[in-house]
Amino acid sequence: MARIFKFGDGISTDAIIPGRYNVTTDATALGKACFIEARPDFAASVQPGDVIVGGRNFGCGSSREHAPMAIKAAGIQAVVARSFARIFYRNAINIGLPVIQCDAIYDAIEDSDPVSIDIHSGGITVNGKMFQGETPGPVAVAIMEAGTLIDLIKTRGWAAIEEVS
Amino acid sequence: MGTLTEEIFSRRLGRDVHAGEIVVAPVDYAMAHDVTGPLAIEAFRHLEVPLWDPERVILVFDHILPANTVASAGLCHQLMVEKGFIRPGGIVVGADSHSTTYGALGCFAAGFGSTDIAVTFATGRTWFRVPETIRINLRGALPPGIFPKDLALQVIRRLGAEGANYLAVEWGGEAVEAMSVDERLTLANLTVDFGGKAGLCEPDEQTRIYLGDAEVADLHPVAPEYRSVVEVDAQTLEPQIACPPAIDNVQDLSTVEGTQLDEVFVGSCANGRIEDLAIVAGYFEGRQVHPRTRTIVVPASKQIYMEALARGYIQTFMEAGALVMNAGCGPCLGRQHGVLGPGERALSTSNRNYAGRMGSPQAEIYLANPAVAAVSALAGAITDPRGFN
Repeated sequence: MARIFKFGDGISTDAIIPGRYNVTTDATALGKACFIEARPDFAASVQPGDVIVGGRNFGCGSSREHAPMAIKAAGIQAVVARSFARIFYRNAINIGLPVIQCDAIYDAIEDSDPVSIDIHSGGITVNGKMFQGETPGPVAVAIMEAGTLIDLIKTRGWAAIEEVS
Repeated sequence: MGTLTEEIFSRRLGRDVHAGEIVVAPVDYAMAHDVTGPLAIEAFRHLEVPLWDPERVILVFDHILPANTVASAGLCHQLMVEKGFIRPGGIVVGADSHSTTYGALGCFAAGFGSTDIAVTFATGRTWFRVPETIRINLRGALPPGIFPKDLALQVIRRLGAEGANYLAVEWGGEAVEAMSVDERLTLANLTVDFGGKAGLCEPDEQTRIYLGDAEVADLHPVAPEYRSVVEVDAQTLEPQIACPPAIDNVQDLSTVEGTQLDEVFVGSCANGRIEDLAIVAGYFEGRQVHPRTRTIVVPASKQIYMEALARGYIQTFMEAGALVMNAGCGPCLGRQHGVLGPGERALSTSNRNYAGRMGSPQAEIYLANPAVAAVSALAGAITDPRGFN
């Protein structure tokens, strides 16, 4: 069963992947360096499908898209946080890493708790208790349905976003 | 009608646009640099279309390398301004969080990731949720030793690191009206460091002089409805220091005065401009930096470097024992010279103090204004520039 990796408030993109490890566009290499200094055992211990639960302002700082890429490549299924920094949230949606804003879950769970997630409904179940994530905006939904922003624009152009605006 | 942001989007789209709307809007320029550019180029290639306009797609080499041509040497945000790409009333996007810097000229400018920028490379457009605005009025005149950096850090102290998340910020009040464009660039730059999507100043006579263009049209908020209004009294502030390990861990200088420093960095998109170098040169003239403290000065662009040479600042820095490096991002993100080792402590005029930002996660980073940086380099410890002699 998928497990939770719990993080605190203000997790920056520098913590997710320090500047010195941004030297590649190779997702696998980025995944191996995910949280390399903030939590050195992270990349080696993630099992595919595991979930990050963060505090407030997750992904603050640099706009580096290497950060959500690294998390996704490490095998994380979704990031749940009390709140997200704007650019990180948008980057994650754009590359197909599910991000779910949910305040109530944070104090109710511990690191390593087993978790199951329904990405489409935003429902998160931990220890038999269900938490409902906030509904993403219409553009985020359109991108998630297409897979990535590139997939959406390539197949449907800006009309896909103008339709929901 | 509306905030500066609503005015800009309304003019651009030719209809009344209000906060909360989702719009697809054309942009003037799209910028990426040597960290975010490679991912943007890969994503762009997946779209399999030509570039929207090669003249409006800007790639800058500043974060990692010395620039690969002399003509382009400098830090992306400074170059975007110097090259005249930023116009009042414009819309500009950059694959760098500090793209908010351009708001100092009354341009709506926001940071994005590489994939969003790739789509703009291909189409000349991007989508925005038009943000609500926090109005920040900076009152009174800045006393000696107090700079725009202190005002920005004071706002971050009060609002917190995500205080303006998803929101635009308008910087106004008589302290902003009295500021040079260089000073306003510092305010707009630091807007993202409390979460702001854009940080705007109204264009005025200072803007027209800076751009050398008397024809710049007026742009004002018109009967704006703000999310909130914040008042800051500049006259009662003491120098503000963002202490490790978070931008909103801001203290009055007196709280951390005397903290010994292994490194001082003067530069970055927050405070690497000619007025910042002038402040530091004023303190360094005829003095030596403390032997404990390696001191690194990085002009934000070649143009600034040349101006500093012409004014004698570079000689002053070098005679004082500082190292003057090539124009660019410098030690700010731990990718160039001046990388911090475990247990080291730095004071920087930049805008990020996360653990590991400038090197080892066991290093500490304090952020301050250029005068604090200068006197602290001379003393080898955090020092108040007021009354320093």
